[in-house]
Amino acid sequence: MPTLTIDGQEITVEANTTVLQAAEELGIEIPRFCYHDRLSIAGNCRMCLVEMERAPKPVASCAMPVGEGMVIHTNSPVAEKARKGAMEFLLINHPLDCPICDQGGECDLQDQAVAYGKGDSRFTEHKLSVKDKYLGPLIATSMTRCITCTRCVRFATEIAGVEEIGATFRGEETEIGTYVEEALTSELSGNLADVCPVGALTHRAYAYSSRPWELIKTESVDVHDAVGSNIRIDCRGAEIMRILPRLHEGINEEWLSDRSRYASDGLALQRLDQPYVRVDGKLTPASWETAFAAIKTKLDGLGDDAGGRIAAIAGDMADVEAMLALKELFTALGSTNLDCRQDGAKIEGRHRGGYIFNSSIAGIEDADALLLVGCNPRTEATLVNARIRKRWSAGGFPVGVIGGVDGPGTDLTYKYDYLGAGPATLAEVADGSNAFAKVLADAERPMIIVGSGALARDDGAAVLDLARKAAESTGMIAAEWNGFNVLQRAASRVGGLDLGFLPGEGGRDVAGIVAGAGKGEIDLLWLLGADEIDMATLGKAFVVYQGHHGDAGAHRADVILPGAAYTEKDATWVNTEGRVQHGRRAAYPPGDAREDWTILRAFSAVMGQPLAYDNLAQLRDHMVEVVPGLGVIDEVGPGEMGSFGMPGDLGADGFESPINDYYMANAICRASAVMAECSRLYTGAGGTGEATGTDG
Amino acid sequence: MSFMKQHIRALLLWEIVEGMALTFSYMFRKRVTINYPYEKGPLSPRFRGEHALRRYANGEERCIACKLCEAICPAQAITIEAEPRDDGSRRTTRYDIDMTKCIYCGYCQEACPVDAIVEGPNFEFATESREELYYDKAKLLANGERWEREIAANIVADAPYR
Repeated sequence: MPTLTIDGQEITVEANTTVLQAAEELGIEIPRFCYHDRLSIAGNCRMCLVEMERAPKPVASCAMPVGEGMVIHTNSPVAEKARKGAMEFLLINHPLDCPICDQGGECDLQDQAVAYGKGDSRFTEHKLSVKDKYLGPLIATSMTRCITCTRCVRFATEIAGVEEIGATFRGEETEIGTYVEEALTSELSGNLADVCPVGALTHRAYAYSSRPWELIKTESVDVHDAVGSNIRIDCRGAEIMRILPRLHEGINEEWLSDRSRYASDGLALQRLDQPYVRVDGKLTPASWETAFAAIKTKLDGLGDDAGGRIAAIAGDMADVEAMLALKELFTALGSTNLDCRQDGAKIEGRHRGGYIFNSSIAGIEDADALLLVGCNPRTEATLVNARIRKRWSAGGFPVGVIGGVDGPGTDLTYKYDYLGAGPATLAEVADGSNAFAKVLADAERPMIIVGSGALARDDGAAVLDLARKAAESTGMIAAEWNGFNVLQRAASRVGGLDLGFLPGEGGRDVAGIVAGAGKGEIDLLWLLGADEIDMATLGKAFVVYQGHHGDAGAHRADVILPGAAYTEKDATWVNTEGRVQHGRRAAYPPGDAREDWTILRAFSAVMGQPLAYDNLAQLRDHMVEVVPGLGVIDEVGPGEMGSFGMPGDLGADGFESPINDYYMANAICRASAVMAECSRLYTGAGGTGEATGTDG
Repeated sequence: MSFMKQHIRALLLWEIVEGMALTFSYMFRKRVTINYPYEKGPLSPRFRGEHALRRYANGEERCIACKLCEAICPAQAITIEAEPRDDGSRRTTRYDIDMTKCIYCGYCQEACPVDAIVEGPNFEFATESREELYYDKAKLLANGERWEREIAANIVADAPYR
């Protein structure tokens, strides 16, 4: 623990910290470009030069390890002169195009040139210009602005795990680019623009559209996957201009996956902005009263045993408030046909340990062996994958994979042992006959991640039971470490299971509801943003679609009730770790669309059985009464394990990841032009195969 | 005595005679009024009149949609929307000035890095309705074309003091 003096203040820090980090602890700001907390140290921008006593010349503080008795001056004339010189050199080839640069107003180079620069330049020769590079459809480049700090290179190599960007040539002629002119194959590429301290890499979708000072910033959470990344929604007027990550050490650190970031243009397209009622086979615009009346007429026509003939399915992005209101509405109508497991996953809601990510995402860094069962975290939960890669990069982290990926060749951005494709291999791990079982058993904190590809199948309950057995036989579940994890991929899922938005006594699950509708046993089906079920098999059922996008559900619907997207409502979501988070409204829903719980509240009054809350505060109070855990915001811990899963016959098929197109995974993505372009480029198809009518 | 003097002056309407003499003396001085609108007074090159958006000599519009004028406008009279043009350059799709809000402070002109938005010498743009004072990009560019010679001369004249 060396002690050093920085600007007259003494501080004792860990031996392996750098001078810059020590100064940061003291609250002393040292300017920097190439240094980034989460990347390796490059030391090539020279902006962080400081004066060190008894050293012949200024030292780069970001790369200088602290030593006993060091005396550092960060603002002495020597340090100041060195910084001014470094800044002058950086600006030699940097164009003076701040007025047309998208980084203008939030640019590190701009800010630091004002704060630490000389104010003028002695360079009168021609500036170098560099040809722009192609980095794919998401990132716009202007490489003349590049100061070759190599943050992007280090991000791609270390965090994203794609060694596709690098520096070519030397000295003044150094250029950053992909070695071959090809789009980056990463789901984290948007972060390149965030780490870039200048305007060399910017967001293509946001190009030239607004300035940082025009934006109203709302802190919210993401719902494109079940990770619950913390985001900041930037609006200009009523329009959402961009979505940026917000720091949360427990979830997304400071990164964000591309789908969460760039699908935001889909929020303005294909929106349902007024109620519709199907008249003579054609959807016609209607008023709220007409739409409600049409549903009421249908319900009244069902007679006394209406409860058994109606059903509700909650979609992947539904919020907890709406699901609670829908559940209580259907309970009042006498129905137990409720399900939030749209993909048919065989998970029960009784024991929380059986459906959440018990280790927590940050806990991955404490683990020392990992078994992935039927999931491809790269597409299902990109930031969980980034965390796994972070742990793997630190060394001593064997990863075993059973199914979920296309085969041993699939790139998960880290090395893994492909053990097998299906339940048989998992059974081998559980009974210890597989070699990897020993690796897990020898590890101190082994963990297993079971994906929805393993659970959303007929033998899902048996697989869950088997995974539990494998976890227990390899010592994953101990007093202070719970390594049993289920990786959800729908933002609504854990919240729905917490609420018990599940078939009640004698109720039907998703498969039962769909089959019942096909056979005419279900007469009215309420879809709360559920688009991923097979609409063609719903038979003659009267479908009410409550949601925000004109996707598969709306096309099949008999009545459409326009709801709010996740950026347009104050609502609660529970992420895969069981972390309860509040999303906040950044914009208002378009046209006549309303927040989902208010629609259900209004309809309950039409039915003469009004729900017991009139505003959000009352609803939230009620929600906490029903499920006390939903009142604890932003906290995680392992769930209670109890008994879950059901021993049974195992199928012979291998586990398959449910996401075959990362860029087309939900209704918002399918409406987004940016995502459509990515899908075309990266998967060579225009979506999941069948056109839904929202393509192009 | 002063009492008498005062009364005599009052009786002879002396103040009026004095006043008329002053008025009459202006008959022989240089005229200060002008026959507006046929004659006009001199304007400083820094005069801040009606706004105009300028173009380069090759016809390319100068404005690059940096939005600094919009940001600095104290009356929030300027509204800009931008997007990449087909050739990839940064251009405005909308450039509106609400002339009824504008306070003619000239900050927009000061903020502009490319001398695109300027306040020209024209002050005769009164209208019969408010709507006519909501200027759009086409109107501002037309102003720029009409007044380019005067505006360019003013900028040259003011350049030594900048």
